Amino acid sequence: MSAADTSTAKVSPARPPAPPGTGQTARGRGGQGQRGVRRRRRGGGGAGLPWALLAPCLLVLLLVLGYPLARLVTLSFQKFGQPQLWGFQEPESVGFGNFTRILGDGEFWSVVVRTVVFAAGAVVLTMVLGMLIALLLQRVSGWVRTLINIALVASWGMPVIVATAIFKWLFDTDYGVLNWLLSRLPGVDMSGHNWFAGGPEGLTVIMLLVVWGAVPFVAITLSAGLTQVPRELEEAARLDGAGAWGVFRYVTLPVLKPIIVMLTTLSVIWDMGVFPQVFVMRGGHPEAEFQVLTTYSYDKAFVVNDYGGGSAIALVTVLLLLGVVAVYMRQMLRIGEAE
Amino acid sequence: MRAAGKPGKARGRLGWNLLGLLVFATAGFPVYWMLNTAFKPARDAIDPDPHFFPGTPTAENFSRALDVADFWGPVGRSLVVSLAVVAIGIVVGMLAALAISRFAFRGRKVVIVGILAVQMVPLVAMIIPVFLLLNDLGQYDRLTGLIITYLTFVLPFTVWTLRGFIVNIPRELEEAAMVDGCTRAGAFLRVVFPLLAPGMVATSVYAFIQAWNEYLYALMLMSQQNQTATVWLGNFTTKHGTEYAPMMAGATMMAVPIVILFLLVQRKMAAGLTAGAVKG
Repeated sequence: MSAADTSTAKVSPARPPAPPGTGQTARGRGGQGQRGVRRRRRGGGGAGLPWALLAPCLLVLLLVLGYPLARLVTLSFQKFGQPQLWGFQEPESVGFGNFTRILGDGEFWSVVVRTVVFAAGAVVLTMVLGMLIALLLQRVSGWVRTLINIALVASWGMPVIVATAIFKWLFDTDYGVLNWLLSRLPGVDMSGHNWFAGGPEGLTVIMLLVVWGAVPFVAITLSAGLTQVPRELEEAARLDGAGAWGVFRYVTLPVLKPIIVMLTTLSVIWDMGVFPQVFVMRGGHPEAEFQVLTTYSYDKAFVVNDYGGGSAIALVTVLLLLGVVAVYMRQMLRIGEAE
Repeated sequence: MRAAGKPGKARGRLGWNLLGLLVFATAGFPVYWMLNTAFKPARDAIDPDPHFFPGTPTAENFSRALDVADFWGPVGRSLVVSLAVVAIGIVVGMLAALAISRFAFRGRKVVIVGILAVQMVPLVAMIIPVFLLLNDLGQYDRLTGLIITYLTFVLPFTVWTLRGFIVNIPRELEEAAMVDGCTRAGAFLRVVFPLLAPGMVATSVYAFIQAWNEYLYALMLMSQQNQTATVWLGNFTTKHGTEYAPMMAGATMMAVPIVILFLLVQRKMAAGLTAGAVKG
């Protein structure tokens, strides 16, 4: 933003940070003279004022995030179970014990693979369907667009837990409407089919649930983005002989890239962190072949009372996500610079 | 619309429209099925031949969910928590958003990146230490504890989206007001604040929905007696198995107000989010 750029330039970067509150009180000081007053008026402000504005936010985040994050790290290096929780015993350090135990466990690795496959499938499906629907929204008549928007917003606004309950009902073995509908197809008999008898099939249903809830955000955000694609660019590409795919590939996609990167990153983070969908769908006790990293860590900590091990799993999950976050952060940093 | 005169284009539009209707039906079906089941007599709900319309609509499921399953207790707690989180999140978030969008100061970029990074931390990773922290503070199974922890995800969100709305308000407006003799605070209150109000409303509604929807912390940090609406719905099973008809009635009561709120603000919100992403 140009307005922001100019004001940034006016503030000398070498200005020492002032204690909180000086931004206000400096007004009364005689020594600053005309320049100081004007600079403040133009949006520079005292260095203390922004920090004073930030202070409550930073304090809250430090308490609710900083402290637990630090505790998560220390916990993952400790033996911490029921006796430590009740204070009967001091937590003792076990070095990398929790990690070697977790990483040496074959089950952990199958959970990791399952989680990554699940998240990847959900993200790809969400992004592709979201993009297709966004493009479709540009091509349909106004009243169809309104109908689709209503359906999208309704499923977007559905609380996750409500959506999970609905899908549980749709896929019910005996009375689920889906089995009935599929059985109408010639040659198909799905009556009494249990969708959750096996992990892969059950997780596919959960993936559909996740995608159903996630597509609207992607579709609506992308279609808002599509309106910002300059018409002239598309026209020009068409005149140069580009087909529909060519226009999309070389004009639309590059313009939408920042939004797509943002949406993909958020989707990865959300889909790697899927918890209630699996947890509630399996009645609070996911079977071994339904475990994803979140439910696995939860089970370790709260079912087996191994808080150290659970923390180690959670920390590994965070590290896994860091790779994705790095891409997003670079994107966001560029925005921070542009501002 | 312009293409209406050309038959070829109109036919193309028809194909897209049919596809659009298919999308509408698919995306909307789960919602429809919730409503349909909620108004069905319980015995029709568990008919192997499903009824696609509630033949004799009834409110019996709603009264079961309200009376038998104690709807208002959990919903009341969810309301208290969500409203408190929004109130704190908007005030504190607003101050921080102002700081990072209207001031140039040393360390600003670090703060921006920090607030963004915080959004990346998966909630489930934090649950164990948060549980232990609240346990130590004596806030386990207390609404205040839940409110504090919900700020973890609501606060970064409000800061970031409010910032998106603020940067879209031209700074020149404030400067003009200050030239006309307003103080900085006065310029903000009289010029920026009214322009920001719709964005603030949208952000509040969104934050409210996030807090309202949260499940994991509510499950972990509250006991059975103090559960919130999401946990209440997740547990909607009796000793005879899941009672889907009352459950769908409960789901309807939980979801319909949220969806209506959502409908009111989503356009504003999508605009704000994309503007924030593209323009910064």
